[in-house]
Amino acid sequence: MNNTVSSIITKTIPAGGKWSARIQRGKEITFTALEAGANVSLLLYNADDTAERYNMPDTLKAQYTAFLTKGNVLMTDHGRVLASLVEDTVGWHDTISGYSTRKMIDEKYGKTTYQEHRNEWYRSGEENLMVELFRNGLTTCDLSPVINLFSKVYCDEEGNMNFVEGHSKKGESVTLRTEMDVLLVLSNTPNPLDTRNTYLSTPIEVKIKGAEPVLENDICLKHRDENRRAFENTWEYVMLTKGGIQ
Amino acid sequence: MAVLNYVESERKVEEAIYNKKLLSGEGWLYTIEPGEVLRIVDVEGNQAADTLFYDADHPSDHYSAINTILRQRNIYLSTGSVLIAESGKELVKIIADTCGRHDTIGGACSAQSNTVRYSHDTLPMHNCRDTFMLQMAKFDKRTTKRDLAPNVNFFMNVPVTPAGGLRFDDGVSAPGYYVEMQAINATTVLISNCPQLNNPCNAYNPTPIQLIIWDK
Repeated sequence: MNNTVSSIITKTIPAGGKWSARIQRGKEITFTALEAGANVSLLLYNADDTAERYNMPDTLKAQYTAFLTKGNVLMTDHGRVLASLVEDTVGWHDTISGYSTRKMIDEKYGKTTYQEHRNEWYRSGEENLMVELFRNGLTTCDLSPVINLFSKVYCDEEGNMNFVEGHSKKGESVTLRTEMDVLLVLSNTPNPLDTRNTYLSTPIEVKIKGAEPVLENDICLKHRDENRRAFENTWEYVMLTKGGIQ
Repeated sequence: MAVLNYVESERKVEEAIYNKKLLSGEGWLYTIEPGEVLRIVDVEGNQAADTLFYDADHPSDHYSAINTILRQRNIYLSTGSVLIAESGKELVKIIADTCGRHDTIGGACSAQSNTVRYSHDTLPMHNCRDTFMLQMAKFDKRTTKRDLAPNVNFFMNVPVTPAGGLRFDDGVSAPGYYVEMQAINATTVLISNCPQLNNPCNAYNPTPIQLIIWDK
């Protein structure tokens, strides 16, 4: 057995679990659903300046979309790209339904306590995110709209929001490529609009490895002119703060 | 609920306790007490009033666009919509609306998002997020950019289609249309009367809004 560190890091986030990490620019983060019906609430911040963060409205209006899939990028409120969605077998990720709250979980699935249920008690997105934000020096004022990986919520013509049951299958995956150093915050908790009456039981595998350089024919760079300008803003930022573009 | 929900108000302007015209490109920060009513009038039509709300007692608790639409399970705001903070606290309720639909998905314009959406040379142009930041800088030295969150765009039409499309449409508003909200708890209201010159939603012509307050 040698003592070299593997170039791939793999984590399993159990149902109800949470995780946060600083992840360097130029990594691929692949999320794989180990069972059907997954939902992972995700927040992203600029690791060096957490006042800059994923901005749902800027991301959606620049790409003329109300959901996220391959080719889309996740933009900050500074017109830059945090991460690109480079692979996706799911086809639709929700970014308008937010996170589950303690009140919502108790009312929908029944009240659970650690005292009675030990680690089987039902965690909420709200509390998971608050803990991980606080761990990283942030507060509840830093809460903002999350991305719910693996979930589909669409709006009808009147604006009513509809959750699609059975949207993601076991083994499906989505890959983000980091375009700047990010703080990633995850909560593996139910989508607030989930129509099922049972608390989700879907573990998620997170695999992180080095990404290939972004080439001129990159699907996310080419997706829209807006995406290219956001990449250009990001590259300028990297030039100014990191001493160049690798 | 919350779709083209047209309700007129019986309040008379001459009975108001506050009345101010806010020109485009200008900001406004004001705290309304429980029971007080704020009317925002789209004076010339098709203007966007970008608005944020804070719990006046705990300004770190900001308006939550997503929790608000989640609670009513509908992305548009209109009469009956209760606007809530990130904590779930109720801030204001829309009690009259002659426009019928308001956006809270599209967010505010910024110099940086303008460079992405239009072109790099729009960076120097005036924008809502600068207005928000100037007002907050003057308001409370403890607030920072981290307290800015996705906002309401009163009078703005941002349709989302069942297929997941999103676009900025010509407004459903017209001259004199208004929205009226009553404070449930003491609420600090932050408005940027949008100066956007790159978007056809206001015919490239930002115009004034009128802000009128009644004590009940």
